[in-house]
Amino acid sequence: MSGGLMLYNVLCLAVPFSVALLLAALGENFNQRAGVFNLGCDGIMCMGAFLGFMVPFTLKGGPWAAYGNLLGIGAALAVGAAMGVVFALVTVTFRASQGIAGIGLQMLGWGLAGTLFRHFVGGVTGVEGMAAIAIPGLSRIPFLGGVLFNHNALTYTALLLVPACWFLLYKTPWGLKVRAVGTHPRAADTMGIHVDRIRYQALMLGGAMAGLAGAYLSLCQAKMFSDDLVAGRGFIAVALVYFGRWSPLGILGGALLFSIAQSFQLSMQVWGIKFPYEFAVMLPYVLVIVVLAVARKARQLGPTDLGKPYNREMRF
Amino acid sequence: MNKNKVLYSGAIILAVTLTAALLVALVLFAIGASPLETYKTILTGPLSDLFGVTEVLVRSVPLLLVGLGIAISFRSGILNIGAEGQIQMGVIASTAMALAMPHAPKAILLPATLMAGALAGALWGGIAGWLKARLQVNEILSTVMLNYIAAQVYTFMLRGPMLDPTELETGSGTPQSMRLPESVFLDQLIPGTRIHAGLILALVAAVLVWMLLWKTTLGYRMRAAGAGAKAARYAGVPVERYLIVAMLLAGGFAGLAGAVEVTGVHHRAIEGISSGYGFAGIVVALFGALHPGGIVPSAVFFGVLLIGADMTQRSAAVPANMVLVLQGVIILSIVSAQSFLRNPYAQERFFRWLARFSAASTKAGKGAKS
Repeated sequence: MSGGLMLYNVLCLAVPFSVALLLAALGENFNQRAGVFNLGCDGIMCMGAFLGFMVPFTLKGGPWAAYGNLLGIGAALAVGAAMGVVFALVTVTFRASQGIAGIGLQMLGWGLAGTLFRHFVGGVTGVEGMAAIAIPGLSRIPFLGGVLFNHNALTYTALLLVPACWFLLYKTPWGLKVRAVGTHPRAADTMGIHVDRIRYQALMLGGAMAGLAGAYLSLCQAKMFSDDLVAGRGFIAVALVYFGRWSPLGILGGALLFSIAQSFQLSMQVWGIKFPYEFAVMLPYVLVIVVLAVARKARQLGPTDLGKPYNREMRF
Repeated sequence: MNKNKVLYSGAIILAVTLTAALLVALVLFAIGASPLETYKTILTGPLSDLFGVTEVLVRSVPLLLVGLGIAISFRSGILNIGAEGQIQMGVIASTAMALAMPHAPKAILLPATLMAGALAGALWGGIAGWLKARLQVNEILSTVMLNYIAAQVYTFMLRGPMLDPTELETGSGTPQSMRLPESVFLDQLIPGTRIHAGLILALVAAVLVWMLLWKTTLGYRMRAAGAGAKAARYAGVPVERYLIVAMLLAGGFAGLAGAVEVTGVHHRAIEGISSGYGFAGIVVALFGALHPGGIVPSAVFFGVLLIGADMTQRSAAVPANMVLVLQGVIILSIVSAQSFLRNPYAQERFFRWLARFSAASTKAGKGAKS
């Protein structure tokens, strides 16, 4: 096998792998830019994955079957936004400690998805999922065509969301407000920005995107649901936000780095290079710790009030 | 603490419990189970006979140990979410220790086994502590990642180097280690049940943790580092060092819990041995107000919940994942309530409201009499 073909295979796998991480991390970026550290991302992804699977699964064979995937994605977005509101209620309105609250939301989402799945479905069942759409013309470009232009609709959406999120964050009034409430909420408050309201909105958007990331996992990647489908990707997404220095482009780079590492490891097994399966699985998690240690100097680039609840009545 | 404050805290705790119970009842309702019946099964089922009570205590031993460790870390300002992985590391190390010298006398082997478990857990937790102190790696993320890594190491060990040779011969392929020598088993407290001497160990540990945190300089400094890192550093406390110490201790308690599970209950390393104790331990610690005096009853309470949830799975067809939902809701409610507990204005408002309410009700009472 030539080196070029090997690279092609690795990259073709890497792009779909990166989508869930990318969507969740872009969403988490809005949360963190607004000053809220949402570790519940993983739990939201579980619920998104469950509903993304559940809706088309229930509609299968009915008159609405054709819209199953679309409705599933809609449900995942809605549940994500709803869980974002729950998290906002706890951390913004009640000003709870965000780290522990995030773990609580993660347990809630994970447990709820598992409970509902066991009750309504029970065993392992597949769904048809979303098919790949080759973009006419572009998909025939040698090398790049296969890597970039032969995927399902959600993959294209995720890639287009990178510039869209950048635009929203840096070129719109709302994006400026988000960055303001995460950097200096008191100053933002003085200028008449509703700090809590902006944080609610950012958490809803971030939650919806995490839900979408979950739906991608169940509808496009695995085409099924199980308890351990998400497998900590929500936490990896949070780490990617640090690694990407709170910029959509940096996050894209981080997501690609992770997925290339993952697809390289899978490809190595295909090529017959043997090492224990368990070590291959733990690789991305080790990578997260390394990435966090390396990216520590970037902290000053991030939102300065990250993780601090804002209390209007507090005096200094 | 004055009377008002106790009353206020009590009201908040009651409100938290009711909110959590109500939210979970909604979920139960959604999956078609009767909330009242399910709660009744969960809370009274496990306590209906002596065996049930001892089973609750068996579950509460690891919960108590893990919860104590987590309380130490939370009090020191470092959030240890990695107890699950630390337990598994403790299980591996203690099993390896017991299998390495099966003929040693009990007086040497048992302490050595427990120590090995605690040490392995401490090292695993210490990694996260060191990463936090030296490289400012967020401890929540690193401990969660270490959980996933430990889970893989654990399966690797059980399927590879530590696999029971007889499993290979019979070909059943259950991933589990060899049975430990009997000299390393913890004594049974009541014959015929599974309750073991680990209970006493855990209770002693609770007293020791209380003494450590509130009666020693080390504990005082750790709590100072947790209460206000900047102020503590200004007062000359090397905060980073105490972060590492706190994580070593937290991991050590989790590892000890793993060792106690092996030597007291399962007598070999099996798959799924920690069964969520690491996460439940967080809730136990928070529910016990991060104080050993609260964590002991809280561990027993969650022991009831875990056994009760198993029972509902059999009788009422409520999946056991429901426990995770319950834990998540409880965590969210507790951390939300803390903002009320800390807020003197909210307390004032509460008493004004209470005064108005009682005035209105006495007026109504007088009106009814006349």
